[in-house]
Amino acid sequence: MRPFTYQVPGDAVDAVRSVSADPGAAYLGGGTNLVDHLKLGVAEPGLLVDVTALTSAEISDDGGGLRIGAAVRNSDLAADRRVRERYPVLAQALLSGASGQLRNMATTGGNPLQRTRCVYFQDVTTPCNKREPGTGCSAIGGATRGHAVLGASEHCIATHPSDMAVAMAMLDARVHVLGVDGERTVPFVDLHRLPGDRPDQDTVLGHGELVTAIDLPPSPIARRSRYRKVRDRASYAFALVSVAAALDVADGVVRDARIAFGGVAHRPWRAWRAEETLRGATADADSYRAAAQAELADARPQDGIDGGNAFKIPLLTRTLVAVLRELAVEEV
Amino acid sequence: MDADITLHVDGAPRPVTVDTRTTLLDALRERLGVTSPKKGCDHGQCGACTVLLDGRRVLSCLTLAVTQDGHEVTTADGLARNGDLHPVQQAFLDHDGFQCGYCTPGQVCSAVGVLDELDAGWASAVTPEGAEPRLEHDEVAERMSGNLCRCGAYVGIVRAVTAAGEAR
Repeated sequence: MRPFTYQVPGDAVDAVRSVSADPGAAYLGGGTNLVDHLKLGVAEPGLLVDVTALTSAEISDDGGGLRIGAAVRNSDLAADRRVRERYPVLAQALLSGASGQLRNMATTGGNPLQRTRCVYFQDVTTPCNKREPGTGCSAIGGATRGHAVLGASEHCIATHPSDMAVAMAMLDARVHVLGVDGERTVPFVDLHRLPGDRPDQDTVLGHGELVTAIDLPPSPIARRSRYRKVRDRASYAFALVSVAAALDVADGVVRDARIAFGGVAHRPWRAWRAEETLRGATADADSYRAAAQAELADARPQDGIDGGNAFKIPLLTRTLVAVLRELAVEEV
Repeated sequence: MDADITLHVDGAPRPVTVDTRTTLLDALRERLGVTSPKKGCDHGQCGACTVLLDGRRVLSCLTLAVTQDGHEVTTADGLARNGDLHPVQQAFLDHDGFQCGYCTPGQVCSAVGVLDELDAGWASAVTPEGAEPRLEHDEVAERMSGNLCRCGAYVGIVRAVTAAGEAR
């Protein structure tokens, strides 16, 4: 592991100044992904700036919504009564991710910024455009079971690993960011990028920008919402596919829907087309299937030495149908 | 880069100079001789290194020691009081919660965390929506999923954690 200087600045503004001024600097939050990357040689910062005590660890009421400080641990966020009542999809997403120990460490600000678990990205002996731009993508034609079927490029087919982020994208969360020039707010759905020809850039954040809080807007539809994760073992594994959804049904007709997918793209995938297809449709399995098909019309599965990932398209279709059926039944 | 820190390990202040790269696990084992937390995968995937940090279960292999200056670390070794085993430790003995024992200190620390989290009313991924979590097989198995056991002593582990919880 490369030697690094460890720093705990007096406040968030100082932290932003330190990291922004040094291209080799990185923020340290819960460390669950970054510390592993230090060991693997995936990340080699010369300066680590510890921000765990510099942003809020509080969850506060905010006009019917909630403001979540970046330092709030994933376990505390999942346990919060207001989250469980108003945004059950978020509590379920958090609890389906990682393990109890990791949820006690991981933070609200750090979770969305964790990096792909693509095995080639994590193996510094293999070419990877995300880790070393221009070296090529080892995943294409390799083991692709965990890789993207939506929005990938010829340069990168990695998926975003977070469950929490899928729920946040569905909930139209907003991300507060502090930079050297002050604060700005980024809609959560715009936080993550598609890979294009710059897969090294996971998000739209510039170097040195710090997530300070995430806002959840008031959302009546989210009170009945759900997260379903499909994976290779019953617990403690990343998603093959996942669905975050909320549904508003009246008199057998879908009035409104919110849907996001995980495990299928370089970012949490907000299913705008599926939502649009559902509005005004009969609340039945045929409509739900049509919504999935509309969203997945452009899906491109990957071949692979492990059998590829074409299975994700029917799997995701069935998972969405199942989740929407459950939500609709509860409405009646 | 060296840093002077004091870890409070199993109730005792332990000043130590560590390279900033040192994990809490390595500081405990290699620098302080506290070998109860075990190194399994060293990548946060097996749970053998689980300790209680300020009372909460965490992975010491993914925690940098320099970040824990002044904090309280409790290892499985420190759970016993005056020579008496902690009830969770005794339950692992009574219910055959291990075979080779390598993962056991991590399992025990994790189990103490699990029972505290259940007492606090924290739901898990298998808790029915809107319901309070109950001390039962599926809950314990889900909550202990971050601790792997290559001997496959899971049946006994779930029994031990459940029994220790029932005795609270």
